[in-house]
Amino acid sequence: MSRHGQGIRAALARGSDLPVLLPAAERLARSAAEERAMGLPSLRLTPAHGIVIVLIFLLATGAAEAETAPVHASVIMTLLKWTPLLLKGFAFNIAISFFAMAIGTVAGTGLGLAQISLLPPVRRTASFAMHFFRNAPWLVVLFYCMFLLPFQVRIFGVEVPLPDWIKATFGLGLPVMANVSEIVRGAVQSIPSGQWESANSLAFSRRQTIWMIILPQCVKRMLPPWMNLYAILAMSTVLASVVGVSEVMTLTGDVLAAENRPELLLPFYSYILVWFFLYCYPIARWTVSLERHFAVNI
Amino acid sequence: MQAFWQWFAWLHERTGINLTIFYDAFDRHRFVDGFWVTVELSVVCVLLSLVIGVLGAWLQGSKLRVLRTVVHWYIQFFRNTPPLVQLYFFYFGIGALLRVPGPNGIAQPLVSNVAWAILSLSFYAGAFNVEIFRAGIEAVPRATIEAAESLGYGRLAAYVHVILPLAFRISLPALNNNLVNLVKTTTLAYAISVPEMLWVSSQIWSDEVNVPEMMNVLLICYVGLVGLLVLVMNRWERALRVPGFGITARGMA
Repeated sequence: MSRHGQGIRAALARGSDLPVLLPAAERLARSAAEERAMGLPSLRLTPAHGIVIVLIFLLATGAAEAETAPVHASVIMTLLKWTPLLLKGFAFNIAISFFAMAIGTVAGTGLGLAQISLLPPVRRTASFAMHFFRNAPWLVVLFYCMFLLPFQVRIFGVEVPLPDWIKATFGLGLPVMANVSEIVRGAVQSIPSGQWESANSLAFSRRQTIWMIILPQCVKRMLPPWMNLYAILAMSTVLASVVGVSEVMTLTGDVLAAENRPELLLPFYSYILVWFFLYCYPIARWTVSLERHFAVNI
Repeated sequence: MQAFWQWFAWLHERTGINLTIFYDAFDRHRFVDGFWVTVELSVVCVLLSLVIGVLGAWLQGSKLRVLRTVVHWYIQFFRNTPPLVQLYFFYFGIGALLRVPGPNGIAQPLVSNVAWAILSLSFYAGAFNVEIFRAGIEAVPRATIEAAESLGYGRLAAYVHVILPLAFRISLPALNNNLVNLVKTTTLAYAISVPEMLWVSSQIWSDEVNVPEMMNVLLICYVGLVGLLVLVMNRWERALRVPGFGITARGMA
């Protein structure tokens, strides 16, 4: 795939003083190809971001504290008072992201494998589904699921309620499915064809080859983009507030309405931002280290 | 044409599929307006984000350290926070501060919600464009610039006629990803009641109680719009590919 890129590198190593394009072009092309496979820009968080977010929070709290009228409780006490409720909301965000990722991964793996099926109709249908959900904006799919899924379903005569956060989970799970399927397909295609041929020569069936030889090797390659997708999904769970799920953003809005003190706006929202950073930063960090680790081996 | 619209009224009577946007002139106008607002929002944001990208990439090459630092933090802020948060920050945060007394004494916002959506989304996509153009410019060898200079090009002329066209061709695949993403992000403008397609549809389904029909229409419209953009951009990308160079990306967003 990067035969030309290697050519350029080799030319540079030989000391060609007139390269047509410098290595930056190749780097850009590679990151563009990766982003295209994932369908989303990658998240790059550094400790500096955390420091800035915490600084904003501290400054906002300090400023709000100075503005607080003596009759009101202090800003810190108000934040602490509402923290248990907001944590419950945040737990909803985490739960939504977990389940959406689980649904998306299972369905996406299936869809990804269907895309490399030997049967043309299956392949075309899967490819269409993938393109469809990748081209649809997340918010539109979310609306679709929120409004069109019933509030309860009958499974074997048992009424199972579908609360709105479950519906939001499905709504976010569908785009994740499309992105995961593309990650899976890309990873499978990146496995050298020799692996397929040697498995074939050892009398593995196609199904055995995929499950026992190809997919285990893909896991390593899929892990970094998969985790990056998770970090983006975790941040995207705030979209559920637009459709009225009582997750952390909605609850913060409710709390602010109940307190009715405009100076609390910035402290509260930056407080939530700190939480999101604390949650996403380790994931982003780990993704980068995994990428580095695997980059040597590939 | 009238017969065509009436067919949908008949469809409603016969099957209950209530596509008011076809047989009801009022809803039709609302929806078409919403569609054009989405297109307009996308086009304006794309153009503005490209301008921001070129300017930012130019400033990043500046000799002044302060300018480079400002651009760096601009990119960091817009790259790493969710666009919805940025939109809220601009509209509710800064928009609340920028108010002027109106004719009846009530404070009016200085910048409308549509303008905030355009600004916020352009800055969001612009941050990615700066990085993309920067990488594209970095890929142009010094020798090429020197060759341009030896032919009598000035700094600006070399930038406009030699560096940018080359950088643009190198950046196009990455740019393509970003612009497709931007068009999908315009739906977020719904959150600050910009009358784009999603918002208009929600108005229609609240009035006519035809949620499933509108949802399907909406999904088809968006997938069609984004699909068309992807198709055109891919064609263009293939036409402008620097021959013999780079990773050919198979499969497309």
